[in-house]
Amino acid sequence: MYSQGLIGADGRTGETEAFLAAFQARIDAEEKIEPKDAMPEGYRRTLVRQIGQHAHSEIVGMLPEGNWITRAPSLKRKAALLAKVQDEGGHGLYLYSAAETLGVTRDEMTEELLAGKAKYSSIFNYPTLTWADIGTIGWLVDGAAIMNQIPLCRCSFGPYARAMIRICKEESFHQRQGYEIMLTLCRGTEAQKAMAQDALDRWWWPSLMMFGPHDAESSHTEQSMAWKIKRFSNDELRQKFIDATVPQADYLGLKVPDPAMRWDEALNGGKGGYRHGAIDWDEFWRVVKGEGVMNRDRIAARKKAWEDGAWVREAALAHAAKRAARKVAAE
Amino acid sequence: MAETPLWEVFIRPRNGLAHKHVGSLHAADAVMALQAARDVYTRRGEGNSVWVVPSSAITASDPDHAGEMFEPTGDKIYRHPTFYDIPDEVGHM
Ligand SMILES: [Fe+2]
Ligand SMILES: [Fe+2]
Repeated sequence: MYSQGLIGADGRTGETEAFLAAFQARIDAEEKIEPKDAMPEGYRRTLVRQIGQHAHSEIVGMLPEGNWITRAPSLKRKAALLAKVQDEGGHGLYLYSAAETLGVTRDEMTEELLAGKAKYSSIFNYPTLTWADIGTIGWLVDGAAIMNQIPLCRCSFGPYARAMIRICKEESFHQRQGYEIMLTLCRGTEAQKAMAQDALDRWWWPSLMMFGPHDAESSHTEQSMAWKIKRFSNDELRQKFIDATVPQADYLGLKVPDPAMRWDEALNGGKGGYRHGAIDWDEFWRVVKGEGVMNRDRIAARKKAWEDGAWVREAALAHAAKRAARKVAAE
Repeated sequence: MAETPLWEVFIRPRNGLAHKHVGSLHAADAVMALQAARDVYTRRGEGNSVWVVPSSAITASDPDHAGEMFEPTGDKIYRHPTFYDIPDEVGHM
């Protein structure tokens, strides 16, 4: 669904000045880097980590929405939600295969996730309490994902950029179906509208946190920007997101839960924008470090899926071996 | 347990076009790789034909030797139509 401002990448690298300068020259010339090309170790490590976190986010991101598939209020909503969750699974797979081109194996990435060592987007550690949460996730969480992912389509690493192009094509439906759920609720009864407002109240701040820490606190932004893995800073993307979504909330007749939010002529280089209130970064770090409401549940659900699926993986390999043997015998 | 093998996936968007690499996936054998490729890479009418190839079966040129490999074509400008002067009066050729 989305990659958070990357958490904890180590961009340090030990190559000679000449090697790094030659690599930087390729990047500056907007050349794409392909898997077998020579690249600094720090570049490879940063990408393995970022693409891995992104893939895990897509996979874990299936859980909060999957929770509502059996309880969707109509067949139309159920079909859409099922398709969306399936897309997220597909996004995870595109991304795992992009990471694998850098020499990391799928099993290694899976083990890291199940051991609780790999990070994924903090947003998925919040619970989905009502149907309005499904609308809000599509609208805001996928909306934030789109803001983050569009620039990644121009990332310097070819396989990541290509995976992002496929993903971005699919995300637009996710956001629109979510906003349409919100529209329907907001045009419904008082109780339905209250449910929509409650969901916005709970998801607004976590959505803003999806862009990662403020630029001043984001230590790896500079190197990632120089390597053109990242094209905009966390704060730039967050501002774009706010400017796009506040009017959408207005249209719904909902209020973003930020009393300090106001229009500021001076923002965006004089074009004006919405200035937001203080973000509770203590909450962000608590959730990133594993103390969100759903962290333990999410990993437990992934572990159970992995363990329950073990016999299927074994059976598939055994079946493949049998089929191959039969083919040899027939020849 | 052994890791499930990796496959490269190629899709032909429609008849008349070539199959194009779209990504990779893990599957126990070719039959299952085809089914998985259908699910992962063609959810929105991306194509009407899929190839899957074991990743281990691909031999690739070495990017470090791209110079020797591809440079020799660079100085053969006589391979291009613009190398030859044809008077305008002759018309399009
Ligand atoms: Fe999505
Ligand atoms: Fe996604």
